[in-house]
This record gives sequence, C-alpha cells and structure tokens, in this order.
Amino acid sequence: MGQETLIEAIRAKLGDAVEGAADSFGDPVLILRPAAVRTAMAMLREPPFDYALFLDLTCVDFAAAEGRFELVYHLYAMSRNVRLRLKASLPAADPAVETLVGLWKNAEWLEREVFDMFGVRFEGHPYLKRILTYEGFEGHALRKSYPWRLEQPRIPLKGDV
Amino acid sequence: MTRIQRDARPESMLLNMGPSHPAMHGTLRLMLELDGEKILNAEAEIGYLHRGFEKTCENKTYFNLLIYTDRLNYVSPLINNLGYAMTMEKMLGVTVPERAQLIRVLMSELSRVSDHLTCLAAMAMENGAFTVFLYMMKAREFLWDVIEFTTGARMTTSYIRIGGVRADLDPGWRGSLTTAIKETRQVLKDVSGLLDKNSIFLGRTRGVGAISKEDALSYGWTGPCLRSTGIPYDVRKASPYLVYDRLSFEVPVGECGDNYDRYSVRMREMEQSLRLLEQVAALIPDAAPLPGGPTIEPAEAIAGSRRQRTGERIRLSPNLEGYEKERLPGLTTAEKPVAVPAKEDTYTTMEGLISHFLFFMSGKGIRPPKGDVYFSVEGGNGEVGFYIVSDGSDRPYRLHLRAPCFHIVSALEQLIKGRLIADVVPTFGSMNMIGGELDR
Repeated sequence: MGQETLIEAIRAKLGDAVEGAADSFGDPVLILRPAAVRTAMAMLREPPFDYALFLDLTCVDFAAAEGRFELVYHLYAMSRNVRLRLKASLPAADPAVETLVGLWKNAEWLEREVFDMFGVRFEGHPYLKRILTYEGFEGHALRKSYPWRLEQPRIPLKGDV
Repeated sequence: MTRIQRDARPESMLLNMGPSHPAMHGTLRLMLELDGEKILNAEAEIGYLHRGFEKTCENKTYFNLLIYTDRLNYVSPLINNLGYAMTMEKMLGVTVPERAQLIRVLMSELSRVSDHLTCLAAMAMENGAFTVFLYMMKAREFLWDVIEFTTGARMTTSYIRIGGVRADLDPGWRGSLTTAIKETRQVLKDVSGLLDKNSIFLGRTRGVGAISKEDALSYGWTGPCLRSTGIPYDVRKASPYLVYDRLSFEVPVGECGDNYDRYSVRMREMEQSLRLLEQVAALIPDAAPLPGGPTIEPAEAIAGSRRQRTGERIRLSPNLEGYEKERLPGLTTAEKPVAVPAKEDTYTTMEGLISHFLFFMSGKGIRPPKGDVYFSVEGGNGEVGFYIVSDGSDRPYRLHLRAPCFHIVSALEQLIKGRLIADVVPTFGSMNMIGGELDR
C-alpha cells in the first residue's frame, strides 16, 4: 500500500477525527481532533492498520506564539513496516486530552513524562504523577515559559526542623 | 504518597531497593511490597539522573549540542551521535560520503558489541559470576582501544558529526581492530562455556522475568529485549540506513523472552556484529597517503602570503590528525554550512576565516528548514529515535529523544510481580538500563 493510499484509507476509516494530513520530510503526518485521539488510536491499533507499537509520545510548546500545545504520537506497524506520526493541538490554558492507558502499556509512563514536563493532563490516567522530576518540583520544565537554569526550592530533609 | 504506599496491605512489608543499591546501577529506586521474600507489588521510580537534556538542547546550537548526545547512552555514545547526526541530515537533505558511511557502520558495531558486553558483564557479576565480568571488561577494553585511537576518547567521543565524521581512522586501525575481534571472539567462547550450561546461572535466568510477545509490543520494547521474545524487529533490517543493506548479517531471536533469552540474544548479536565489523573493514579502502614534501606553520604561511600565496602544506596541531584538508572530501559532505570548514584555510586565509565564523557564530551555522523530523537507528538497547522541531533558527525549537530503555524499564514492575527478591537482580540486569538515556 502506497503512502497516499494508506493515508486515504485511514482518513476514510477515522472520519472526522482527522483534521488534516501533511508530509514532513517524507514521513506521513495526520492531525487529529484532540477529543477523538483515543478512539482514533484504538482504531489504528487494530487491523487492518495494525499499528502495534506505540513508539513515542512527546509534546511541543507553541504557547507563546500560537497559544497551543502540540502532542506528537509516533506509531509503528510492524507487520507492514510503516510509521505514522499523529498530532493533536491542545489549548495553552489547561491542556487536557484523554489517556491512552489501556491501549498500550507504555502509555502510562509516556504520559506521565509529558505531564511532568509540560503539565498536560491525561484524563482517565490511573496514576498521573511526575516521573523524571520529583514531587514538589515547581513548574513544568520543558515549557518555553520555564527559564533555563531556574533554581528550584530546596526540599527539606525528613526530620529537619 | 506513592501508589504502592497507598495500596499496601497492612500486614506486608515495604522495602526500598535503591537508588543506592549496587544492583540498581545507581539510578533507580524500586519500592517493593513484600510477603517474606515474595514480591506482591512493585513500583519503579526513575529520574535520579535527569539532567534536563532536552531543555539544554533547546538552548544550544545544532553543532554544540552534539556533545550532550554522548552522555545519553554512555556505553555506546557513537550510536547516539549517529542517531542525532542522521536525523539532522534527513532534515538538511545532505548525503554523506561513502567512506564516512563505512566508518560510521564500523563505529556503530564496535559500540553495539561494547554495549552488549557491558550489559552482560554487569548482569553476570550481579549473579555472582565475577569472572565473566572481568573477561568481558577485558574484551571491551580492546574494542575501546579501536575507538580511542580514532576518536581520542573512550566514551565522550563526539566523533560522528552532522555531515560525516570528524576525522579519518587512526593509521593503525586495522591492527587494533583485528586484535579486538580476535579477543572478543575468545571471550564470547569462554563466557559461553562458563554460563550457557551453568546451573546457577540457568536457575536464575531460565523462566525468570519472562514476557510475552504481546506484552513486549504493548510496552513498546525494541532491540534485543524485543527480539528475545521472538519478534525479529531490527531497524537495520526494517529500514536500512548507511550501508547495512549491502552487508550480510542475521537477526538472532529468542523464544520465550526470559532473562536467559535476553542473555543469549545479546551473545549471538555480538557474533553478528563481529561479522559486520570484518565485512565493513574489508570494504574501507586504505587511506591515500598525504602528499609528501615540507610543511610549514600557519604563521609562516600568513607571512609568506603577504608577497604571494605559497603552495606548501600547512602543519596542523597533532590533535587534528586525520582532519587534513586532503582527507575531508571522503569524510564529510562538502555542502555549506553543514560541516566544519578545513582548518588549514581557517588559519591562513581570509576567506577561510570568514567561513569559519559563518559556521560558528550565533545565528549562523547549521540552520535546517522549518519543520519536524523523526529518525531512528538501532542502538544497543533498541530503537534510538530523535524527534527534532526546527523553527529555522540555529537552535532546535524542540528536541526529543526516544529512549529505548524508558519503554523497557516501564515493564519492570510487571515482570517482577509475584517473584522473589532475588529475581529482581537478573531481570533488571538483563534489561540493560542505562541511566543517562532513561532519565535524560
């Protein structure tokens, strides 16, 4: 299946969950409606698309310029050896999207990382907690509004008076 | 309060394993809920080695941030260099000379063998087989000799650069490579003899930490750990990069995805990597000798050029060996400004100095077109992917690393649940957790 026919097939199946498609340096990209992320991913995981591997999830902060956060999902279909990038834009004020926990097991940690670094809430996530930084860390480090080299308040040791 | 503290039964015992526990490799905290020796529940806490890699990269130029990629998977830094450089090349649309591609394959496979050696050495040592640790570290030293002679560093290499490689191979590389391959083969044979039928080792690895194909995929596993379950996914085969499609190698797979299979897949992969090393060494032609004749210091050349441009060769500092202007066409792309300009020109001519500044000045240098790109290579642990968003400036707007062991370690809690404390050590050891890459 060629790249264009594949994208057409996915768009036909997902219907209005897809807002647009793009090509980025030869890789197919689909733009998803944020409210439909979970249903779209659930369909993509099943045959005939068969994107069995949830390769990666990350986020890009366009808050200052465009007032949005962009979630970037990378999927890989092992049976057909094709990759797919999906994006969903969330509003900069209170970004939230439905979780993918339950579809892929690594979603739990990947979403925790995005929550930790960008403050994106994943609704329905069973354990949305910071993962790379610690409890008590102030702010979200990968947001553009977070200054590089900002010092964090010291956490008192247990038993410190 | 963590989930495990919240959900723990009142009669069970909570135990912290790590972060300062020798088998946790210094950077992971496991919280265990125990009933005697049995693990009822487990929770892994990561982030102890978080350095803000991605944030730092947003504040560095594309050329400067290369050194931070050395420090991701610090056992195979050259593969990280390669992943980053190739992602940038995809974005810039440059092609790399054939010789540089072969050198990159050589360096990748050396790194892969040393990565697997380190993982298995630590795993065996934690299970009590200290001899194996010493043998494998010895083999790794021979491999790192080859790397060190050429790159000048054992770990922080920064050798593979956007557009090619930094310098040519060390003149004596064939000798050191032959020794390294011979020694590593011998060590693999010895280690097989020590471990393959060792009942203590088998008891702690066979059937322990087993994961099904479905679960491994669901956890996003790649690399040797995924292949140990029987899925032959290897980026080098699935989407070949460099010259891997011209080389012959096999992708070893396991059967049941337990600790023993992860050990055995790594052992067999090292043999394949050694095969690749021999093939690629045969493909790399010997470097053409540099033109002889006298060389002069850059200062003399400048003084001489006041009257007329001299044709003599410029003498470079010894730490720029392999970086001579005559060698560059085989090593880096000629496209500007992707690779560092030749030092001979920088030191002696006005135009050379200008192009040097146009490469290194803030706001100049490598500025890829707007857009985002993802590219991945097969690292020691699995698929090492870089996702870079460019806004057209000289710094990445966003740089994200797809770290293979992030996904692998996320399955640890499930793998040790219901097992004994002693099973944590080989299971965790066989995963090859590398803190630099996991926590970024």
